[in-house]
Amino acid sequence: MKKVYINSIASISAQKTFDNTSFLKEIEDFEANVINVINPNYKDYIPPAAARRMAKGIKMGVVASKMAIKEAGLETIDAIITGTGMGCVRDSEKFVSAIIDNDEQYLTPTSFIQSTHNTVGGQIALELQCKGYNFTYVHASNSFESALLDAKLQLALNEEKNILIGGVDELGDHTTAIHKIINHIKTEPVKVTQVLQANTKGAVFGEGANFFVLSNEKKNTSYAEVVALKTYNSLPEKDVLQEAVHFLKENNLSTNDVDLLVLGNNGDVDFDTFYHTLSKGFQDTQIAYYKHVSGEFNTASSFGFWLASKILKTQTIPEVVKGNNKTTTSIKTILLYNQYRGENHSFTLLKQC
Amino acid sequence: MSKGVAITGMGIISAIGNNVAENYQSLIQGKKGISRVSKIKTNHVNDIMVGEIDFTNEHLEQQLGLASDNNYSRTALLGAIAAKEAMNTSGITDINAYKTGLISATSVGGMDMTERYYYDYLENPSVQKYIEGHHAGDATQKIAEQLGIEKSLVTTISTACSSAANAIMLGARLIKSGQLDRVVVGGADCLSKFTINGFKTLMILSDTYNTPFDENRKGLNLGEAAAYLVLESDKVVQAENKKVLAYVKGYGNANDAYHQTASSENGDGATLAMQKALNVAAYKPEAIDYINAHGTATGNNDLSEGRAIIRIFGETVPDFSSTKAYTGHTLAAAGAIEAVYSVLALQNNVIYPNLNFKTQMKEFSITPQLQLKEKPLQNIMSNSFGFGGNCSTVIFSKEQ
Repeated sequence: MKKVYINSIASISAQKTFDNTSFLKEIEDFEANVINVINPNYKDYIPPAAARRMAKGIKMGVVASKMAIKEAGLETIDAIITGTGMGCVRDSEKFVSAIIDNDEQYLTPTSFIQSTHNTVGGQIALELQCKGYNFTYVHASNSFESALLDAKLQLALNEEKNILIGGVDELGDHTTAIHKIINHIKTEPVKVTQVLQANTKGAVFGEGANFFVLSNEKKNTSYAEVVALKTYNSLPEKDVLQEAVHFLKENNLSTNDVDLLVLGNNGDVDFDTFYHTLSKGFQDTQIAYYKHVSGEFNTASSFGFWLASKILKTQTIPEVVKGNNKTTTSIKTILLYNQYRGENHSFTLLKQC
Repeated sequence: MSKGVAITGMGIISAIGNNVAENYQSLIQGKKGISRVSKIKTNHVNDIMVGEIDFTNEHLEQQLGLASDNNYSRTALLGAIAAKEAMNTSGITDINAYKTGLISATSVGGMDMTERYYYDYLENPSVQKYIEGHHAGDATQKIAEQLGIEKSLVTTISTACSSAANAIMLGARLIKSGQLDRVVVGGADCLSKFTINGFKTLMILSDTYNTPFDENRKGLNLGEAAAYLVLESDKVVQAENKKVLAYVKGYGNANDAYHQTASSENGDGATLAMQKALNVAAYKPEAIDYINAHGTATGNNDLSEGRAIIRIFGETVPDFSSTKAYTGHTLAAAGAIEAVYSVLALQNNVIYPNLNFKTQMKEFSITPQLQLKEKPLQNIMSNSFGFGGNCSTVIFSKEQ
């Protein structure tokens, strides 16, 4: 089994992360219950005519992919594995509403085509002319983790050398509106810096694209090693800590070996308890949160993965993500835990390389 | 990596039958399930034909014993029925006795409810329960719950019409690598106004019975279906003394990288997928006895796929047929439906006829199998191709 490394990272998020030379130094402290990404200049990467036709999710995905591949120093890639909870949801909304509003008449295929979940993965393949393996996972908060699991398996078995993986989701107006009604989105706007202490129901929704080149060849510029990953369709709160301990043990580690715990808290008073329960087993460990800066979406954990990768490489933890006042001199091992509304949990273990 | 991937159970619900036995009877009797759509109110009712399952949602809910406040989409209902049959035929009593996962495929997900209640969601609390049922992973979570799979690897693949073939592929890789001992793989998609109108705008829906590989083919019929296979490792098969129905022997996935919705003229992606699958199985092309083709009966697919088959097999193309004339094109479920049909073909040594064929295509001389044919079968290749350039091939074999 070969080791698997993160050789490049790229993030388009609600913060100015598309500029990889900086690391969450300046924070946009939005006061909102839905936060959009800060757009890079897409035209630097895609011809303007093509960019105009592309759905937001495709644009974010294609550009983040190109950034990641460029940073990895590659021309092309062996395989493309994408995770997305909802795909290009705006086009889904556009097509459904057009069917209803126009009573199934005057429809055009563009939004139907773009609504297909694997459109982003397909468009990346088209842009890169990559005829290799191409999968799209659409399993809620385990969409990105499924892509990671698949890539890690292929690289560990040396079936491929360099695989592009990513998580991408876009916000859509109707989807946002209906999730506000059922209190999955907070009813009141909250500041980024106050989301996690809001003590209210629901999350602040966001969007984004986080792409990575994973490889079984380590470089001087590699960010981290992906040691292990485990996903769970269900996991009762009472079992979370025990499972974490078990997961670490499978990798010959104990809770004391974890230098930083990266948690997916989103400020939802009903479900952040999963993270609180886990943290109790890591009393002396430094903690980082990220969903207050990225917003919550099905593939928000790919932003957490981006954060952890960059922390391991730069050995710095941005102030805005610090979750407690513990400090660590050297960050070697990071454990990530994520779930959404009590379902689709994951543990990811990264190591300095 | 020489581990076998055994198929020990399967389940299916489609327009030609509510279980494996009924599907097989329809296949050998040449009985197609294509009709006018009855359960969806659409203006296109007289312009299209579909492969629709007889049961209403209420029937399916009753069969599953669901409470009336459930929020199952039709995709989830169909998926749960087929997955349960697969589990039962595999003789599984304690699903968590082995490391068991679920990999399901869908493209429609909960869109049937979303399109029904789209604006009602904003005002009517009684239908808001379906909001959470919209995303593609929801049906999979429900199927896992129905099967009793807990704290395990459960995921969903959506690569358009190749989705379920990819679910089988991932499942086989997880068994081979020892990550799982057992995995339920397959896919489910229900009919929806969304897909009916989507394919209509692409002008690839036939107004009559679909005719795969026919010169005058007019497009596809949409269908709804669900099918699942239980894949088990050598370890489980030996420990439980399991009857093995067939093996997943090869698989290949490639991207055509040509066009978002059309296949390249010479089927580059399809050729690569078939070649990769043969490589994984360590088979030469002549080992394949029958190809269950994707054969959607669109102008583009059948030409591109036919050319790709010729590129792989040369002048001696094995018997091939498409079963889409029976079921319609069941989108993300198609690869699983056709996997069940391939296993049944291996078990019974029969090749199903390619129904509705009249006229030879001009571009090449290969002709699908037109009559039911009995012949000893060892290895079957099944193709599934989709939007986004996704091309997948799976090879099923009688022997390990």
